[in-house]
Amino acid sequence: MTMEIIQEGSGELIGWHDPDENRQWVRENKPRDLRDKRISVAEAVEKYVHDGDFIAFGGFGHIRIPMALVYEIIRQRKQNLVMAGKTGVHDIDLLIGAGCVAKVEVAYAFGHELRGLSPAGRRAVESGQCKVAAEISNAGYQWRFLAGMMGIPFIPSRNMLGTDTLKRSACKVATDPWSGKPVCLIPAAYPDVAMFHVPRCDKYGNTQIDGIIVEDFELARAARRVIITAEEVVDEEVIRKEPCRTVIPFYVVDAVIEVPYGAHPTLMPYLYFFDEEHIGEWLELSKTPQGVQAYFSKYIFGVSGFEEYLELVGGIRKFNYLKRVEKMKAPVCAPWLKSK
Amino acid sequence: MSEQAKGYTSTELLACVASRLLENKKSVLVGTGLPMIAALLAQRNHAQGLLIIFEAGGIGPRVPVLPISVGDSRTFYQAAAASSMHDVMSACQAGYVDYGFLGAAMIDQYGNINTTVIGDWEHPTVRLPGSGGGNDIGSLCHRTIVLIRQDKRRFVERVDFITTPGYLDGPGARERAGLPEDTGPYRVITQLGVYGFDELTKRMKLLAVHPGVTLDDIYSGSSFEILIPEMVETTEPPTEEECRMLHEIDPAGMVLGK
Repeated sequence: MTMEIIQEGSGELIGWHDPDENRQWVRENKPRDLRDKRISVAEAVEKYVHDGDFIAFGGFGHIRIPMALVYEIIRQRKQNLVMAGKTGVHDIDLLIGAGCVAKVEVAYAFGHELRGLSPAGRRAVESGQCKVAAEISNAGYQWRFLAGMMGIPFIPSRNMLGTDTLKRSACKVATDPWSGKPVCLIPAAYPDVAMFHVPRCDKYGNTQIDGIIVEDFELARAARRVIITAEEVVDEEVIRKEPCRTVIPFYVVDAVIEVPYGAHPTLMPYLYFFDEEHIGEWLELSKTPQGVQAYFSKYIFGVSGFEEYLELVGGIRKFNYLKRVEKMKAPVCAPWLKSK
Repeated sequence: MSEQAKGYTSTELLACVASRLLENKKSVLVGTGLPMIAALLAQRNHAQGLLIIFEAGGIGPRVPVLPISVGDSRTFYQAAAASSMHDVMSACQAGYVDYGFLGAAMIDQYGNINTTVIGDWEHPTVRLPGSGGGNDIGSLCHRTIVLIRQDKRRFVERVDFITTPGYLDGPGARERAGLPEDTGPYRVITQLGVYGFDELTKRMKLLAVHPGVTLDDIYSGSSFEILIPEMVETTEPPTEEECRMLHEIDPAGMVLGK
């Protein structure tokens, strides 16, 4: 039986490389030795995030998003980025609102889950300012990264078949040479840069994650460049004492930055809860383009850096409160709850 | 069963009816919002052995209070495993997940769901968030249960965009497309009633109406013809006990409202 192609999605193929070309790139660009990769947030974004890059963030929705890097991308006014909407919520909404994003491949974007739709993201996509390059599903997206990390051109799957999600995706449908049934072929994805916020890593990039790892395992290995922000950069021995806990190994990592509270206002498992007050402020302000500018003026261009931002959003008092909510010692208060 | 609740909201009714569909000792993958609260109610009530799974990696948690997102820390609180999306989605694809539990923006007579776009895809009137895990859940779980508020704009002849597969264009279409055999929408629950799908035509069929709902309400709440069998049951309204549990699960009123 031959592997006949019976359907082709019309979506734009983002971030695919011939596997041999990517092997060669990895061979030439990814050092195998242990080296100190600590730099600053500003340097990491200058060095590794370029206009037009295909970028992806680790975590999920409003969980464990590297916000210090998101703010720095906006501060450096990066342009024409192509974003993985792999359930992109707060990160993608801010970057679209700031005009940094030209295109999105969408599994989930333009929404804030229970909190409602994104005013800024929707305005941009409905006016055509930001394009949807292709549709895909959550499983589909992380399997793009799985194929990427495996160094194979595609991976077969059984989701998306028969739907418009597939028609508008970059996937194809072929006949499985064994069962004779149609299977979806999901192309590999190699983001130019993937960025993560994690509880701890060492200076070489060996990273531990507490709680669900979502698709960070696959994404970090598929991406060409990897930037890690961590609540704490720990001694190498902390990693070597429990090597089974290493989710991302040093050789895929390019930059390491210690950024305490670096996921704010998103949730950091076991450490601090969503800052609903702050997310609510963004959702309210982003109803108008003027509001979007006011938000960025206050929280990004109006501060010297992430430390000053942390003070501005409420400092130690705020984080003590978010810690109590995360540990279920204080109730959730959220502005969006008032409209329920 | 405890006493029937004296007053209840349509959201409480939806959550209770949905929760009763979930069987003990089965597995369910739940989406954000109402599906979550219904699954948690089932687990506190008649289905203590229900295995609840979240797409971002939470497997078998002892969920303490309603999560805001399918990825927040409540979804893996004292869980059997805090795993990954690849792990969970592979479990669905390999046949370990009995029920998929979804919300929807629009649905058609074959149970196809749209959560992507209203109007033309290239020039959308309203851009919705897209599939998220919806397509995967509707493609790969054995049975899909859909929770949706029903009116003529949401119950449409043809959805503008099939984000998540129902029975596509009728009997056998899922299998012809390559989706796993013997899968598809099982129940659709709205504020008016409970629907299933006709064996032969795979079109949506009324199974039960909620207390006080007439067939006229059902007709006027849909843009397509719903099959009406000779026997239509009336659902049991929520009990005091179920309503109390619901508010214990969602004390902040995130889904239930205040």
